[in-house]
Amino acid sequence: MSTSPAALDYVRELVYRRAGIVLGADKYYLIEARLSTLARELNFPTVEEVIKGARSGGSGALNQKIVEALTTNETTFFRDLHPFDALRDHVIPALLAARSPAHPIRIWSAACSTGQEAYSIAMLLREHFPGLPNGRVKIFGTDLAESVVARARAGRFRQLEINRGLPAALLVKYFVRDGAEWTLDASIRSMVEFKPSNLVAPTEPFPHADIVLLRNVLIYFDEETRSAVLRRVRTALAPDGYLFLGCAETTTRVQDVFEHVHIGNTTCHRPRPSARGQ
Amino acid sequence: MLIDGVERKPRVIVIDDSRAMRSILRKNLMEVGCEVIAEAVHGADGLARLRELGAADLALVDWNMPEMNGFEFLCAVRGDHAFNSMRVVMVTSETELDQMTRALSAGANEYLMKPFTQDALREKLAILGLATH
Ligand SMILES: C[S@@+](CC[C@H](N)C(=O)[O-])C[C@H]1O[C@@H](n2cnc3c(N)ncnc32)[C@H](O)[C@@H]1O
Repeated sequence: MSTSPAALDYVRELVYRRAGIVLGADKYYLIEARLSTLARELNFPTVEEVIKGARSGGSGALNQKIVEALTTNETTFFRDLHPFDALRDHVIPALLAARSPAHPIRIWSAACSTGQEAYSIAMLLREHFPGLPNGRVKIFGTDLAESVVARARAGRFRQLEINRGLPAALLVKYFVRDGAEWTLDASIRSMVEFKPSNLVAPTEPFPHADIVLLRNVLIYFDEETRSAVLRRVRTALAPDGYLFLGCAETTTRVQDVFEHVHIGNTTCHRPRPSARGQ
Repeated sequence: MLIDGVERKPRVIVIDDSRAMRSILRKNLMEVGCEVIAEAVHGADGLARLRELGAADLALVDWNMPEMNGFEFLCAVRGDHAFNSMRVVMVTSETELDQMTRALSAGANEYLMKPFTQDALREKLAILGLATH
């Protein structure tokens, strides 16, 4: 049984308005597939009924569930590797030298999904900067989807997730197995704070940060949304801070405020000197 | 891929007693840019193939196999200077932390749990500098 075009268009519009995510007309199949899973979970007979339920309002909780169902949460530990090499070899040492101990270095994993990126940085700090006092570096992760934020906080990962990008030496050192899942050690978990937050319709200003990782999320937005998010990131980023994007993402449309620099094998983006101190 | 200063594909040996698993690994390895120089059905077979062909850049090794298991193979190559630069990744359904710790202390470079996806394999090879993202 297939869902009516009007219902599918309602979903496209909802997901764009709430999350900035563009679902082209070629994404009907994706909507159908993701919402069938949701329908089963929530005991609705059909996708059409889920959407009807959402449209007839109430708490809006169902709308949120629909939006979350249409986010793509794929992530891995140490994704792409080279940004983490740059953090370890250049960025973190430079910021540690530039900031007095009274000013913690703030690292923001924006669109953090289930937390692998933020936890990779926490393990990197523990491994390569062992002498750092507690609180010298603060790591926080945010994501639109409350369901993934809850999973990030729990620090529990499935075998398929553990297999991805996590060096075995770190697995044996920082995880314990618990049935079919693996739990990250509390000493690493406590280094990261997670909370839900929407990049496109934020309810508060972006958090101030020295390093922002905004990776593999702009690809879901249109040009206008991307630029708006990047400009807002610029205002949250320290003048001598660093922005990391995913490998398919650029600051081309916001060159007036960001310039790109090569560090090791990675490209990162920094506030333009002319725009610094604004 | 730049290996020992030369532009070439990483040379890999696959050691697993399951024919199906060997062909899955072969296919995945080729797709991530490696050259499979040999397949072997157990550790002793693997050692013999390597003595014949010269060391590989990488051995993907199952744990439980007849004749010589993957752990024994690992100990054998780590006790032989001819294989100093060969990296060893255990690819196994053994998922106990104790087993992993044992393998790492015996000189395994990485550990991949079955079942795995091609992306997971590629990411492990990238950690070892044998694949790009
Ligand atoms: C593919 S994941 C990327 C995860 C991680 N940054 C990485 O690169 O591995 C994309 C994430 O962006 C989140 N997301 C999508 N739209 C968002 C928005 N408007 N605000 C905040 N997060 C959003 C999704 O929930 C999803 O978890």
